[in-house]
Amino acid sequence: MKQSRIIMGMPVILEVIDSWVTGKTFDEVFAYFEYVDRKFSTYKDESEISLINRQEITVEQSSEDMQAIFMLAEQTRQETDGYFDIARNGKYDPSGIVKGWAIYNAAEILRQAGFKNYYVDAGGDIQVSGKNDEGQDWRVGIQSPFNPKEIVKVVSLQDCGMATSGTYVRGQHIYDPKDSEQPITEIVSLTVIGPDIYEADRFATAAFAMGSAGIYFIENLKGFEGYMIDPKGLATYTSGFERYVCHA
Amino acid sequence: MSRKQSSQASGFARNIKKFFLSAFVIVAFIAYFFHEKFTSQASASANSGNPAPTSSATQSAAGSSQGTYKNGTFTGPAVNAYYGLVQVQVVIQGGKISNVQFLQYPNDRRTSQQINSQVMPWLQQEAIQAQSANVDLISGATLTSEGFANSLQAALLSAKN
Repeated sequence: MKQSRIIMGMPVILEVIDSWVTGKTFDEVFAYFEYVDRKFSTYKDESEISLINRQEITVEQSSEDMQAIFMLAEQTRQETDGYFDIARNGKYDPSGIVKGWAIYNAAEILRQAGFKNYYVDAGGDIQVSGKNDEGQDWRVGIQSPFNPKEIVKVVSLQDCGMATSGTYVRGQHIYDPKDSEQPITEIVSLTVIGPDIYEADRFATAAFAMGSAGIYFIENLKGFEGYMIDPKGLATYTSGFERYVCHA
Repeated sequence: MSRKQSSQASGFARNIKKFFLSAFVIVAFIAYFFHEKFTSQASASANSGNPAPTSSATQSAAGSSQGTYKNGTFTGPAVNAYYGLVQVQVVIQGGKISNVQFLQYPNDRRTSQQINSQVMPWLQQEAIQAQSANVDLISGATLTSEGFANSLQAALLSAKN
């Protein structure tokens, strides 16, 4: 069973292979994404993050989930030598960490309900579990940064997360936090495979902000693999990436 | 509803293991460095002895061009790779990358050593190529926009089923 909805301005796609799944499960997972959107959207005036940015409440006064995100963001900032930072121009935008966290928690809803074979995809960031409808590992394509209709790599995944950071289609949207006016131009796409989507997403975002050095950062991160594409279409990938690649 | 917890595991035994691994990697790297230095000096004598870090790519032995790239050996500029300078040399045969070598690799700064001692990077390169669209799902950069309802990504996925 597979359903998709547009939430947080992006398609959220769920597929559960286990035959006993019902529409109620899908509703529950989509409702969770809607909850996250209401709380963390910087585009919504009434969201909790907007209240913090208008200084109507402090982080200490905010909800448990909001405080968790600030803590995880700070931890990530330290682990990435400052290349991940939710503070920009005096405001907080935690979207770089909220999405992976939300996908992780959404997948946890499915796992705790007893499902084994599923994926959760929000805007191209993915958590997969178990096998696909053919009883094989999930086949995941990496979209071309130059042509959204094209796939440039296919990997097979089981029980892990995969996230792509990039500048494509709508242009630049990741900035170097150490120089907030400086957009990243050395690379156009960086895909990271990690133990789960929360980990893959936060390190993809941070490594992308490092420019062409980001792939070295991923290489040195145990349990992570990466595939980086530069503006000329040259890909650089980590030493363990090959074992995920589908050649068929 | 469960929440992602941060976990940090570290132990004394792991540190000891790390130390020996670091020592081994550093020794191996020094040996490699001297080996490279002597072999490259021999070939550089024919070229005149200009210093290594340059701001533009240099090229030797260009051959016939078929495919995406010209045949030959190409040396990239020394670029700042976040924790030090990295310079690579790439060999193209038949229009495709056949080998990539690191000419410079950061080993001078404290943080560099720390990072290097964990794993020696062994990155690989290729020109991207369109693949079969026989996939279950697609990973791509997020397009956060209201107009995303019309996203090609969603269209691609629905085309499969």
